[in-house]
Amino acid sequence: MAATDNTQNPAMEREGALTRFLRATEIDSRMLGMLGALLVIWVGFDLASAIVRGGDGLLGGTFLTPRNLWILLVQTSSIAVMTTGMVLIIVMRHIDLSVGSVLGFTAVCIGTMQVYWLGPALGVGHPAIWIITLILGLALGAAIGALHGTLIAYFGIPSFIVTLGGLIVWRGAAWSVIRGETVAPMDKNFKLIGGGISGITPGSIGATASWILGLIICAAIVALIYLGRQQRKRFNFTLKPVWAEVLLAVVGCAAVVGITWVLNAYYWPKGVVDRWALQTGAVVPPEGLNISFGYSIPVLIALFVGIAMTFVANRTRFGRYVYAIGGNPEAAELAGINTKKITLMVFSLMGMLAAISASISSARLDSATNALGQFDELYVIAAAVIGGTSLAGGLGTIYGAMLGALVMQSLQSGMTLLNFESATKDMVVGCVLVFAVFVDQVYQRRVK
Amino acid sequence: MTTHTHGHKHPTEVPRSSPPLIEMRDISIAFGGIKAVDHASVNLYPGEVVGLLGHNGAGKSTLIKILSGAYKRDHGDILINGAKVDITNPRDAKALGIETIYQTLALADNVDAAANLYLGRELRTRWGTLDDVAMEAECRQVMGRLNPNFRRFKEPVKALSGGQRQSVAIARAIHFNARILIMDEPTAALGPQETAQVGELIKQLKAEGIGIFLISHDIHDVFDLADRLTVMKNGRVVGTARTTDVDHDEVLGMIIAGKCPPGAIPGPGALQTASAAA
Ligand SMILES: Nc1ncnc2c1ncn2[C@@H]1O[C@H](COP(=O)(O)OP(=O)(O)O)[C@@H](O)[C@H]1O
Ligand SMILES: [Mg+2]
Repeated sequence: MAATDNTQNPAMEREGALTRFLRATEIDSRMLGMLGALLVIWVGFDLASAIVRGGDGLLGGTFLTPRNLWILLVQTSSIAVMTTGMVLIIVMRHIDLSVGSVLGFTAVCIGTMQVYWLGPALGVGHPAIWIITLILGLALGAAIGALHGTLIAYFGIPSFIVTLGGLIVWRGAAWSVIRGETVAPMDKNFKLIGGGISGITPGSIGATASWILGLIICAAIVALIYLGRQQRKRFNFTLKPVWAEVLLAVVGCAAVVGITWVLNAYYWPKGVVDRWALQTGAVVPPEGLNISFGYSIPVLIALFVGIAMTFVANRTRFGRYVYAIGGNPEAAELAGINTKKITLMVFSLMGMLAAISASISSARLDSATNALGQFDELYVIAAAVIGGTSLAGGLGTIYGAMLGALVMQSLQSGMTLLNFESATKDMVVGCVLVFAVFVDQVYQRRVK
Repeated sequence: MTTHTHGHKHPTEVPRSSPPLIEMRDISIAFGGIKAVDHASVNLYPGEVVGLLGHNGAGKSTLIKILSGAYKRDHGDILINGAKVDITNPRDAKALGIETIYQTLALADNVDAAANLYLGRELRTRWGTLDDVAMEAECRQVMGRLNPNFRRFKEPVKALSGGQRQSVAIARAIHFNARILIMDEPTAALGPQETAQVGELIKQLKAEGIGIFLISHDIHDVFDLADRLTVMKNGRVVGTARTTDVDHDEVLGMIIAGKCPPGAIPGPGALQTASAAA
């Protein structure tokens, strides 16, 4: 620390400690703000629920319990997956209002294939069913997105109109496929995608695998920081101070360990343990058996999608072009970028992500209805915007949007715990969206 | 390289051994009812600087945007080294070695200087991912030549000053071994010192055999740097002259009144009475 204190530049001294800290660590101040907001929401709900009812949460409530946090993450995953695509769409100055309907339509198609076609044809529970229907579902979502993208890019119809049409059309199509009936139950392997327990097979990976995964992620964080530093050294660029790099690595790893610990602290309910003991012949000691859930499959899917989409956005040409087009479409065109093709690809990607969320949602509910995913488009857009994506285009991050999804879901879950009516919840969430954007704009103006 | 034979009193084309590097022949384009460019012809030889002059709205930017692939012409031909080429988009033009500094600079404001420098032709690692560090290293080198005081490599170009943004646009045009360089008002946002620097750069590029179209509102710049000049008015070419064959006042007459002096070859936009009087 002492070395950084001899500032030669008087302007540097005038900067606040926080500014200097953010500059050294290159942390996005908006992300800190979001994490702060999340903390306030979580603490607030735990305290509020402590007053209402009391529980075994961190602060005496029912919010900061392993069970609630585990469920919170599972509930976030569907919106979180879709919002990663919505970021790219909004960055490109487009919008996709159809994602909820596309989710519903692909879900009923997946359900129909499982229950009415492949189930009878291959035998119910056949191990190929989940993979075939998942692949076909993703292909269907991508094809729908490609259709939207073609109309927008090559026919010049505004994305707002195309996807508003899509919102109506695909919801109707979902109804037509199943005539308003509920398709259930989903394939027993497919069901695990939702994170629930199918028979005695949990849709999560358990304590040991969770710890291994956590350690791998920690190692990856350290390796990324180290390799980035080596790379910059090789080209003689200025380096972040060592303390900043170490701090980032430590905080990152601590967060991963903490999350892993919490998810592992949520145990199978007693009924499932008994059923499991009965079927496997295991002996349950009289004081009960703690079998951890650990990372659930939908959360792992969301995590994987988040990492993959961050990679796509930051490390590939495609991602670079998406941002460049959002910053200045004319300049991108003049630089020789095929902006139409990129537009088509982004919408196709969005469709595929909606299909992933369709799988998560229908697997979680163990059924598909034509109403599945209704209003999801609004939550997905809201998550992206709360996460710092600018509707003017050119600005937005994947992790920000995913954090935005977590903030929204935290509000919803917390209010549910406090027994708010769903109408009240809707009103609060709507107000929070407007307020978040207002705060962000005030902040942006002050930064300039 | 062509040798320039001086001392011609008559406005005849200098005989040259090779066809022009670029020839734009009888180019027209209309937006709605407006004929932005109307049967214009210009050409350019290797190692030559041709100044394009004219009032705002004369059609200069539109003409060169046809060459750079930004607009598709309604009529006319483009020839490179005597062979017709088909330029239908900016990629075609770049593939032919035509680089452009647009009047609007055409930068993606939300990404940094290196990303703009390499926009559309990013360096990649052997895994196919963006090699941002290598791009930044190259960018530091190029910008070091053009604008030694430039340090803001990490910021989106939106945060840069007008002159810095212009340096980024210039860097992008000269970094990829252009054969033909189009500069649309390249010094508009620059101070006197930076303008002089761009002048030096143009001389250096010219010495390397690159052909340059230089659009400028400053007649003095054009006389200093250009070998020939073409004046446009209302989308049409008033005339083309070697800078040694005309003087400032004559060129002002071309720009303002469309009057083609005896030292210039008249184009379709020249005042009829002027050519009759000559
Ligand atoms: N994209 C466009 N759409 C409609 N009109 C245009 C467009 N581009 C240029 N014009 C018109 O064409 C004429 C020539 O413009 P421009 O080439 O920019 O002139 P200059 O560069 O000589 O100032 C002007 O009347 C301008 O309004
Ligand atoms: Mg112009």
